[in-house]
Amino acid sequence: MRRNAPALVAVTIAALFFALLPFGLSDYHRGLAASVAVYLIAILGLNVLTGYTGQISIGHSAFMAIGGYTTAIMSHYHNTNLILTLPLAFAITFGCGVLVGLPALRLSGVYLALATFALAVSIPQLPLKFSTFTGGSAGISASKTVSNSWLYGVSWSTAAIAFLFTWLVLRGRTGRAFRAIRDSEVAATSSGVTLAIYKTLAFGVSGSLFVLVTNGFAQPNEFSVTLSLKILVGAAVAGLGSLWGVLLGAAFIALLPTLSASAPLIGSAHGQDVVFGLFVIVVMILLPTGVAGLVPRLRRLRVKA
Amino acid sequence: MTALLELRDVHARYGPVNALHGVSLTVDEGEIVAVLGANGAGKTTTLRAISHTVHRDGEIRFAGNALRGGPEAVARLGVAHVPEGRGTFAELTVWENLRLGAYTRRGNLKDDFARVGSYFPWLDDRRHQQAGTLSGGEQQMLSLARAFMQRPRLLMLDEPSLGLAPLLVTEVFRIVQELNENEGVTVLVVEQNAHIALQLAQTAYVLEVGRVALSGPSTDLQQHESVRRSYLGY
Amino acid sequence: MVELARKLSLPQRRLPGSPVLLLLIAACIFLTIGSLRSTIFAQLTVAGVATGVVFGSLALALVLIYRATEVINFAQGEMAMAMVYVAYQLMLWGLAYWEAFFLTLAIAFVFGVVTQQIFIRPVQGRSVIAVVIVTVGLFILIDGLVEWKWSANQRFMQAPFGNKIYHLGSVPIARQDLGTIVITLVSVTALWAFFRFTKLGLGMRAGALRPAAARLVGVRTNALLAVGWGLAAVLGAVAGLMTEPAEYVLQPTLMQPVLLYAFAAAVLGGLESPGGALVGGIALGIFLNLMGQYVHFVGSVLQLPVAFAALLLVLLVKPTGLFGHRTVRKV
Repeated sequence: MRRNAPALVAVTIAALFFALLPFGLSDYHRGLAASVAVYLIAILGLNVLTGYTGQISIGHSAFMAIGGYTTAIMSHYHNTNLILTLPLAFAITFGCGVLVGLPALRLSGVYLALATFALAVSIPQLPLKFSTFTGGSAGISASKTVSNSWLYGVSWSTAAIAFLFTWLVLRGRTGRAFRAIRDSEVAATSSGVTLAIYKTLAFGVSGSLFVLVTNGFAQPNEFSVTLSLKILVGAAVAGLGSLWGVLLGAAFIALLPTLSASAPLIGSAHGQDVVFGLFVIVVMILLPTGVAGLVPRLRRLRVKA
Repeated sequence: MTALLELRDVHARYGPVNALHGVSLTVDEGEIVAVLGANGAGKTTTLRAISHTVHRDGEIRFAGNALRGGPEAVARLGVAHVPEGRGTFAELTVWENLRLGAYTRRGNLKDDFARVGSYFPWLDDRRHQQAGTLSGGEQQMLSLARAFMQRPRLLMLDEPSLGLAPLLVTEVFRIVQELNENEGVTVLVVEQNAHIALQLAQTAYVLEVGRVALSGPSTDLQQHESVRRSYLGY
Repeated sequence: MVELARKLSLPQRRLPGSPVLLLLIAACIFLTIGSLRSTIFAQLTVAGVATGVVFGSLALALVLIYRATEVINFAQGEMAMAMVYVAYQLMLWGLAYWEAFFLTLAIAFVFGVVTQQIFIRPVQGRSVIAVVIVTVGLFILIDGLVEWKWSANQRFMQAPFGNKIYHLGSVPIARQDLGTIVITLVSVTALWAFFRFTKLGLGMRAGALRPAAARLVGVRTNALLAVGWGLAAVLGAVAGLMTEPAEYVLQPTLMQPVLLYAFAAAVLGGLESPGGALVGGIALGIFLNLMGQYVHFVGSVLQLPVAFAALLLVLLVKPTGLFGHRTVRKV
């Protein structure tokens, strides 16, 4: 227990920080901070899957879309309480995850990546097809808009729960099993079912929250493949197979584009993309194992000295 | 006799694991030199240090000049390294393998193919066969032929007898000897089969745990007490 | 099968298995019969070959890089798109179409080499995912640069083959489609010949198969990797320049759907097989056209999902793609 003392202290400080933060931020920034939490949940899920089994999955935007549309549709047609839609999105995405995860087990490596890519590309097209129900390309909105403070509270609470849950799972027997199979793909596919399900849960929830962040609109554009790629980037920047960098990874993808857009020289046309792209490349070159990889490197430096 | 290859106090490592601790050896032009030792003694690592496929420190001189650069550069200087596992391109044809052997050479290769054909006549019929479908012995011959296509000054062989039936081993070593005598190719051969290696080579080095334990003319080593007991079995 | 391979002096493992070959022959028969019975069918098939050959070209670029590095270059489409803008700019500066075309191909080669040297080489030795993320970064970067310089507005480019329509019997065939097929097949054949008959091509193949063994025979694998990227960029440029006329307008999103279909084609063909990528592309092109016409439920909206659903089905039956086989990578 004593070993965990510094970690506990750090966690308490972090919790206090996040609880007090919204009071110091403008409304707009609170919304931004909420989006960081949403990305965090998504990256968490991907991190566990890709980091622990090494399977590159680019399908997360599909599950986020499912979760997001569930929330929007439930709220729009049935006036469901927004918080209640979260467990519902959870459940539906879980079901879809199982449907997808089982046949996907036959695939591995790059074929799995491309199959999930196919999923990410295809799912956003479905709302366009059934446009009378789903609002087509204009999207569908929740029945009421929420304040950014509310958004902040809900998203960060959920993020905290997700983080805690992941941490508990990973340090237990399951986690040890995950780590042990990291190097063996044969073993990985057999336990892939559990991972796939877990991952889709995280995406479902983050999907619903994502919808709320985008002002309650569920639009096909929001859930394009670019979203999947962004999350993959966030997970890689965070450092795959580790939990601690996830916050930085989420901040990176949530904040960098918007921040650079408001910078004087860059804000023009698509300067923000140039900056974001460059940053991604530079970060990967300097820190190929992500932020999390920095810690063991720093530790090694201390030992040498 | 000029020294074609000189190693002075060479260290080599695989990541953090040191495999060679100051190995020094000399190979004179036109010689056949054998490197013997048990598994893990550092024989393969020595060859890898020379072709620079492993991290190394120390002085290595080839034809009087320092041997620098990666494996490609070493090959271009005239060193042919036939590694453990023969380095055959199994997915390519026999002809393509031979052609790759001559990758560093310019000009017309007709003569080279003809010469290879005289040493390995059966290769001609198999030109278009996928190299991976050849038998073990045939692949070993192919790797020798490929190395010869390079027209190297120094031929380095890593355990050429591995996995081969005794008759084939004799055949392989006979060809190596011919290449040395007729074509003037200097040979550095790593072997666990000390018996046949000492018959072929003029000089030999015995490695133990990454260091040179013994060296000298092979006739002397053949008589040496510990060599007889450890490596020759009597 | 083995005997046939030996007679044709092809290494027998390179030919696909009998069931796949039968499937392809059956498909060809189906297409021929359909074309003979209906002009629309024939028209769609030819048009499908034209679009498919473009997918195949980009797919080939992906396969080229994948075989050498086990990395999927997510930026391949955007690189191609950037080259089309370069051609556009060259024509604005007064060059004729074909002058701009060939100059762009040369520029594309250099672009590919430089990209590999500056952005990919630093991360090459690390994990595959690090390199993949860099290509994603490149995707975003190139997109941003193009929009920065030329804005996202639609532009018009001169069509190389004009709007003429030939007639084979009663089947209308667009000159543009014919031109696309010829140009792309010529460039793909040139590339094939390069790999098959030149020393450099052999070196590149060897370097992709067994990098360590290749270095031992003197192949400069690092330099050849850059050349590979250059060639892939050229293939991509050809694909882009042939896509533009089909789309009528030039805009930054030009290659994004093409990239998706190229991925599908490459995987369908089996990622290690260049022939498979081309065949996969053509098959996909024809499939999309026929499906769009005859299956009304799909229409244009569900084209992409259905194509990918078909791809997934193929993968479930044959996880390594039509022409792929489980190769163990050796060093």
